[in-house]
Amino acid sequence: MNNLGDFVVIIVLLMNLMMLSSSRIRTCIRIVAGQGILIGCMPLLNDFHLILPGMVISASLSIILKGFVFPWLLFRAVQEANIKKEVEPVGGYPLSLLIGVMIFALSFWLSTRLVYTKPLVSHLAAPVSFATFFTGAFIIVSRMKAITQVIGYLLLENGIYLFGAAFLSEQSLLVELAILLDIFVAVFVMGIAIFHISREFDHIDTQKLSELKDSIISKQDI
Amino acid sequence: MINILLIIIPLFSGLALFLIRNDFVRRNLIVVCSGAHLALTCLTWLKRSNPALAGWFMFDNVSIIFLTITSILFFGASVYAVRYLADESLEHLDEAEKPQIFSREAVFSGCFLLFLTTMTIVIASQHLAVLWVGVEATTLASAPLIYFHRTKRSLEATWKYLLICSVGIAMALLGIFFLAVANNNHSDLLLGKMIAHAAGMNIPWLKAAFLLLFVGYGTKMGIAPFHTWLPDAHSEAPSVVSALLSGALLNCAFLGILRVYQICIAAGLQAYCQELFMFFGLLSIVFAAVFILKQPDYKRMLAYSSVEHMGIITLGIGLGGSAVFGSMVNMIGHSLTKAGLFFIAGNILSYFKTKKIGEIQGLIRGEMQWSGVLWLVGFLIITGTPPSGIFFAKFIILKQALLQKHYGMTFIFLAALAIVFIGMARIFISMTQGPAIKIVGQGDLNKHNRGNAFLSLVPSALFFGLAISLGVYFPAWLSKALAIAAKELGGL
Repeated sequence: MNNLGDFVVIIVLLMNLMMLSSSRIRTCIRIVAGQGILIGCMPLLNDFHLILPGMVISASLSIILKGFVFPWLLFRAVQEANIKKEVEPVGGYPLSLLIGVMIFALSFWLSTRLVYTKPLVSHLAAPVSFATFFTGAFIIVSRMKAITQVIGYLLLENGIYLFGAAFLSEQSLLVELAILLDIFVAVFVMGIAIFHISREFDHIDTQKLSELKDSIISKQDI
Repeated sequence: MINILLIIIPLFSGLALFLIRNDFVRRNLIVVCSGAHLALTCLTWLKRSNPALAGWFMFDNVSIIFLTITSILFFGASVYAVRYLADESLEHLDEAEKPQIFSREAVFSGCFLLFLTTMTIVIASQHLAVLWVGVEATTLASAPLIYFHRTKRSLEATWKYLLICSVGIAMALLGIFFLAVANNNHSDLLLGKMIAHAAGMNIPWLKAAFLLLFVGYGTKMGIAPFHTWLPDAHSEAPSVVSALLSGALLNCAFLGILRVYQICIAAGLQAYCQELFMFFGLLSIVFAAVFILKQPDYKRMLAYSSVEHMGIITLGIGLGGSAVFGSMVNMIGHSLTKAGLFFIAGNILSYFKTKKIGEIQGLIRGEMQWSGVLWLVGFLIITGTPPSGIFFAKFIILKQALLQKHYGMTFIFLAALAIVFIGMARIFISMTQGPAIKIVGQGDLNKHNRGNAFLSLVPSALFFGLAISLGVYFPAWLSKALAIAAKELGGL
């Protein structure tokens, strides 16, 4: 619809790919924070007369949370858990990137199936928000460390927020604040959990969190 | 007014509990607060109060049933928790606790009541986004409860619970946004308004929204194949928490799905939703049957039995007709019985200190004989032996499946139920029969705590009594309330 909107959305998309290819946890946290700030600005890219005071409040709060508070919490977790190693994707970086591109193709196909006729900030908003959502989900299942899973969760939330910013014009401020609060507490609780995991296990490798499982053919005698 | 009190009382007591240092005051405040919640719930039955806060919080014909189940379970659990916390603090007396801002028990008690608060918010909310906020908040309030024992295993369970449920619930949030788009941004997300506008909704978006919400809340509800967090969390959490997760939380997540289903019915999408309900319901029953058969851990066995019952309830909603009524009865019966069974499992665990089925025998002969007897009674009720309420419910659902000529489904359903029965019978019989094992030293602890030992049996006995009475005598007011609720959920 407007050029600035398209530009922002394309940067968000490129950040997803950067995320999949970067090897350092600190870089990943910075990328997800930058993406959060960009997406937080999205509601303000509408035509000027459509912007309401409520939108400004919720946008600035989400920029503060996603751009500054969450990265701070994550950096602290990195420091306390003494994480030095790299991201360690299952299957390596080239495969991750390839899957990232496939996710984008899938998201484009999905967005053509769901027709929306009203004008949007950017006509790329739907596919990019789906792509961000799925990339987040992919990072959660393919990265081994607990902290990278939280980063994946934040990416997923960014995708949802981008969708909301592009498609939903009038939302209740209270509801939005409640949703933000929920996500904040979720990240906070996950940060505490990471701290406990690193203290108990001396690592935060979730693939080694495998004491609890069931198999259909049980070897133990009952 | 009552709507708000139901949320505010546990909220503020929960926050206060973090600060109270006296064990006696803390434990009794939980019971008092849950008792007040139950009393207010009874008042809600007598006089349906007006919607509060711009119509966001209200108890309608469907949610009042969920409220009642949750409130009764929490009251039973709070009575049980008094004994549980006393036992725990006796056992950990010698362990010098590391200096922390809040003691372990204060965190447990506070989160216990916050868990009640968040569930009440889920049940009361008529606004779908507020309902979402509530469901996410239940995850966050219950995570510290699961991590109560502070062991590696409980940490692993807590992490899986947090992450899998948060991702699931994030999908549900996307679903809610889809729902708003389907509604063409007409009005806010109030249930009543959305049902009124349902005819003009954008159908492809609504279908996608239902799918996302079904998978999202289904993760929290424990529908296979999204149930993977459930056995871990239920087996590692303290038994009193497992009882609440299984009996109350799973239902609350299901209420989230049912709310969207109500909108879909009004939009003429009932058949589409029913197919999903039936497929995933049946899949859950089969999954549970497979994993119960060779289960070596009795708490995990109970968890899989919850997956099975969630499957039965979902299947019943999917079949429609009178099966919806059956589903509601099954839900009440399952919540009461499963909570009771988890309480007993907690007694067994605190005596034997093991969750392995193979290491326990002779329950009905040893010092744990009353727990043993109740353990067997609970088994008979949960597997649907007549005259329990669950038998009655399964019978109605089966009858409806046959009426609609779903013969293949009926066969799979019956076969899976038979497998579950055989698997559970083997476990329960091997645990209760045989020569008794005497654990040296444990008897003394129980004597020390005799008055409290009584408290550990009463909630289960009462719950089992209620579950059996559902099959023998069904009060007219309850049957009327369930029929009205079933009608709103696409049944007869």
